Formats: sequence, structure tokens, C-alpha cells
Amino acid sequence: MTMIPIRDALRDAMAEEMRRDGDVFVMGEEVAEYQGAYKVTRDLLQEFGPKRVIDTPITEHGFAGLGVGAAFMGLKPIVEFMTFNFGMQAIDQIINSAAKTLYMSGGQMGCPIVFRGPNGAASRVGAQHSQCFASWYAHCPGLKVVSPYDGPSSKGLLKAAIRDPNPVIFLENELIYGLEFEVPDDPDFVLPLGKAEVVREGTDVTITAFSRMVGLALEAAEKLKEKNISVEVIDLRTLAPLDTQTILNSFKKTNRLVNVEEGWAYAGIGSEISSLIMEQGFDDMDAPVERVAAAAVPLPYAYNLEQAALPQIDDIIKAVEKVTYRQS
Amino acid sequence: MSQSKPTQLNAEQIKKFYQDMLLIRRFEERSGQLYGRGLIGGFCHLYIGQEAIVVAMTSLQNPQDTVITAYRDHGHMLACGMDPRRVMAELTGRRDGYSAGKGGSMHMFSREKNFFGGHGIVGAQVPIGTGMALAHQYKEDGGVCLTYFGDGASNQGQVYEAYNMASLWNLPVLYIIENNQYSMGTALHRHASGDGLWKRGAGFGIEGAQVNGMDIREVLTAGKNAIEYVREKNRPFILEIDTYRYRGHSMSDPALYRTKEEVSEYKDTNDPIINLKKYAFDKKLVTEDDFKKIDDHVKKEIQETIKFAEESPEPDLSELWTDVLIENDRGAQ
Repeated sequence: MTMIPIRDALRDAMAEEMRRDGDVFVMGEEVAEYQGAYKVTRDLLQEFGPKRVIDTPITEHGFAGLGVGAAFMGLKPIVEFMTFNFGMQAIDQIINSAAKTLYMSGGQMGCPIVFRGPNGAASRVGAQHSQCFASWYAHCPGLKVVSPYDGPSSKGLLKAAIRDPNPVIFLENELIYGLEFEVPDDPDFVLPLGKAEVVREGTDVTITAFSRMVGLALEAAEKLKEKNISVEVIDLRTLAPLDTQTILNSFKKTNRLVNVEEGWAYAGIGSEISSLIMEQGFDDMDAPVERVAAAAVPLPYAYNLEQAALPQIDDIIKAVEKVTYRQS
Repeated sequence: MSQSKPTQLNAEQIKKFYQDMLLIRRFEERSGQLYGRGLIGGFCHLYIGQEAIVVAMTSLQNPQDTVITAYRDHGHMLACGMDPRRVMAELTGRRDGYSAGKGGSMHMFSREKNFFGGHGIVGAQVPIGTGMALAHQYKEDGGVCLTYFGDGASNQGQVYEAYNMASLWNLPVLYIIENNQYSMGTALHRHASGDGLWKRGAGFGIEGAQVNGMDIREVLTAGKNAIEYVREKNRPFILEIDTYRYRGHSMSDPALYRTKEEVSEYKDTNDPIINLKKYAFDKKLVTEDDFKKIDDHVKKEIQETIKFAEESPEPDLSELWTDVLIENDRGAQ
């Protein structure tokens, strides 16, 4: 175990998989000579050379399509989007080409590709650079969608995503690239896709969250402990396929659930979990599910407005108090 | 690129090309009929009139070369040796179809024949084909990706994104523009500015050429030059092949945007199959009797194809849920 920031955990995951499999390569804007816009691909060019670490022009739709073509041919591209906000340019290739072709070909055309990069809001970069695409991608059959929080899961899940024979959307978060965790060094350390993790045990309320929101949920849980509310926090990790069993097991115990996500609530991950509880956890339900999510506005620039638009620890605390009927 | 003479053909070559073109034509005619009878649904884009292109280009391929195209794809599949019965069974949505009935006319593939589809989004196959060329280069297998698209797709932005990267990285991709003069119902002069789609790579340093697609001998010459250029120079190339589709854009298009005279002019005086026959007769290489034998052979093959596609059962309902994801989750190991 070594204490490293998340960006290095991600980097190590790619480096280890590239050492393991010559068909794995990285392409994207500024991934090579610049060492990554957020330094997630630092030193990869030096170790693997320009054939396997490819700087692309700013041309997301195009290079996403090239990646899909290379994957159809059996290579295993890791396509970095400088942010998933730019990846929206490429969404046709991701959905129509990468996600659907296996089905349309009767199982002939696998597409082992990873699209990765930061997702959601950074800090005061305005509406066009701040969107969470989790529910967009999770909506579509044919994709796996992963959005880790801490260092070990960032590494273990990215390695799993690279090894997976399906197209995987891997949503990172710029604001936590610098957070440090103890991360396993073992090159065989891989975590399973499709499994959520109970990252804090509790008895009164379940909070489901992913990516940076897990950190907020953990902080909220600590504060709620002072109010004698015992919170269980589930890091969803994979949004598609969703680990419904871990959520339902927890809900059976707590009977109350709050979902936290950085994206908008409408047709969001929280809506899906809410449906899950209604369909499969109805008899265990003691309170309606609460969704903590971004305000339904394009994200504003001004500091106070941005803070007001994004989920905060206090919002989570209020939601927990509401489902436990402690709200004054 | 300078104009080259049409390729001279011997009797065997003529017979082979005639048979390959005729198979596509008869297949497409029957597809149209089956569509009319409701056995084929959805969108169905026929290749009639354009047969010389894919038959010529396929004959120039090396075994490791790969092919990708858009949705007017039946001809490409037959030319690359896919089983007509299974192509037709896919058109009728049956379990013996190449995609087990889950793709349809626009979405068929054969890894065995290096045919990578069959894509329904205009222009999307161009970056994908360019990525396939990247894989040829990465694997150092000497292969070229033949990336087909139409004059309509030539206006998609992603085509130029692909040109740029293909040129930057010296990718072995041959862009084949099948210019059938219409982007769905919009005539070339109404949808494409400038002069010559083949010249549109110039700004990226990509060379190109233009050739008449109604004469297979001309396509063979220009195609050979183009594919050799890509393979030997490790550079992309754009080959614009001018052609004409006799039917509407799809089966639901009565083609009211063009005159009957315009269509007749191609059909009656510039048809690729008639042109090849004429050459054979002029050179006294193949007899009417030889052609008749091929006609009969193709007729029989098409009859068997239709029978197979009509008799193949519909997919089992369990097929609905398969092939969404590859299930052996190696990531979970």
C-alpha cells in the first residue's frame, strides 16, 4: 500500500494494464507530451512511447470514432476526454457505434473500449464545463458505467474497466484528483464492476452516492452521528449495471434512503434508485426516498450561486433529517 | 492523379465480374419485391446501378484488408463473399440472418469476411474505418481499410475530423466515395459546394482521384492505383467514384426529385452490367451463351436464397436479451 493521490491511482491502473497487455493504448487531447490536462497520464509517454500514448487533435467525435474502430479490430483503447462535457460531441459514436453494435451484429462485434475523464462540476467553470453525464450513459443498454470515489476503487475499477470486453464509461471527478488514499501496489489488484461497497455502516438511514458525493455523504454521516443518527453510506461505484442487492440489503436494515448525486434530479440516478425501492423494497419503506441533487439550472459561475446549485453537506443532513422525521 | 486506361480483361475475369454484379442486381431486385410483400420491413436501401464499384474494389483487396460502409450495404456483403441466403434471412428478420435478426438491412457484419458493417448513421463509419486503419498500422499487418461512404456523408464534420487524423498519422485507409449524385433526395449541386468531393482532402494533404463508376474496367484501374498507393506509401487516399442509383434512396422513396429521363439515360445507355457485356462482345471474348449460363446460375442461386430466407424461422424470443453485453466479465475475475 502506498499513499498516493487519485490521479496517480488512475495513472498506475493504466500503466499496469499497458504493461500487461500490448493491445491497450491511450488516446486523447494532451495525454502524451503535455502529460495529461490533469496529469492523469503523467509519464505514460515516457514509458510506452508515442505509438501507445497518442495525442489527438481537439476532435472528440472523430477520435472517439477512431477508438471504436480500433476496438472493433480487437485493440483495447482507453479514450480520454479532457472532460465528459467535451465527450458530448462524441456521444453518437459512444451510443450508436460502441454500445449498440454488439447487439446489432448478433454478438459478433465486441467493442472493448474505455472512455474516461472527469465528469461533473469542477470549480466555477460555468455551465458548459460542469455537467454530470452519469444518468445519460447509465440509461443506455450496451454500456457499463463506472464512477469511483476513493483511490483504491479508482485504481481497481479502472483496471477492471480496461480488462472488460464491453464499452465502459469511466466517470472521474477533477476536484478529487488530488485526494490521497492508501492504494494497493499489487498489479493483480482488480475490483469487480457491478458491485457497490458499504463504506460506512449504520442503522438508521442509507445514503447512496457516487464519485465526489461519497466524500460529502461520509462527512454528513459524521455530523449526523453527533445528532444520534446512524448513517450507512453506500458507494455505488458502478452505475450500470447497478448493484441493486447491496442497496436493498442496506435498505432492509435502515428502511430509509437518501440518494446524493451531482447531476440533476430529473430522470437521474436517484430517480432510478427511488424506483428500485418502490418496486423491490416497498415493504421495508418507512419514509419516501429523498433525492439530493443539483438545482435544475445550467450551472452558474458566481461562487455563491454555484454553491447554491450543487449538493452540499447541509443539504444531505436536511434530507436525512427529513426521512428520519427529525426535521424541525 | 493522371487518367489511366481502363483495365483489359480476359474471358474468365469478365465472367466472374459479370456474375458478381448480376448476383447483386438480382438480389436487390428480389429484395425490393420482398419489401413490397411485407417480408422485409423498415428501411431498405438498394444498390442497383452501383454494382461495378464494390465488385471491382473487392477484387483488388488483400486477405487482411477490411471493409466498412454505411447502410446501402447489401452489395458490399455479397461482394466480400458473405452467404446471400444469410444476408437475405437478416433482411426478413429471421434467426439464420447474419445478426440473428437483430440488425436488419443496415446492420450486418462478418468478422470472418472482414466486413465491419453496415452502419446507419450517415458518416459515422468514416472515423470508425479510420480507427480500423489505425489498428492495421498498430498491428503492422499490412492491411488497408476500405472505408465507403456516399456524397451525402461527405458533408458530415466527422469525415473531416477523420481525414485530419488519417493524414497526421499516415493511416492506411482508402476512402471510397460512392457518389450516386443524391444525398437522399438532394442533388449533388444542391448539397455540396466546391468542385469535386475527391479534392476535399487536399487541405489535409490527402491525394485523391475521380473515376467513372459505371464502367468496371475504369474502376479497376483507378482502384488498383489507389489501393497500391495506400499500401505502399502508408498514406490515406480519397477515390471518388461517380455512379447512379436507379431506385429511390430507400424503398419508401418514389424519387420525385429527378426525371424519368435522367434515370433512363443511365439505365439504358450507361449501365455497368450492359457496359461490361458490350466490352465482351466487342472483343469477342464471351458469347451470349456463356452469359446465359451465368444468368441461369444466378437465377437459381437467388431462388434458393429467397426460399431459405422465407423458411428460416423468426428468432427465438430469448434472443431479445442476448448480446447486450459480453457476459464473461473478465473485470470481475
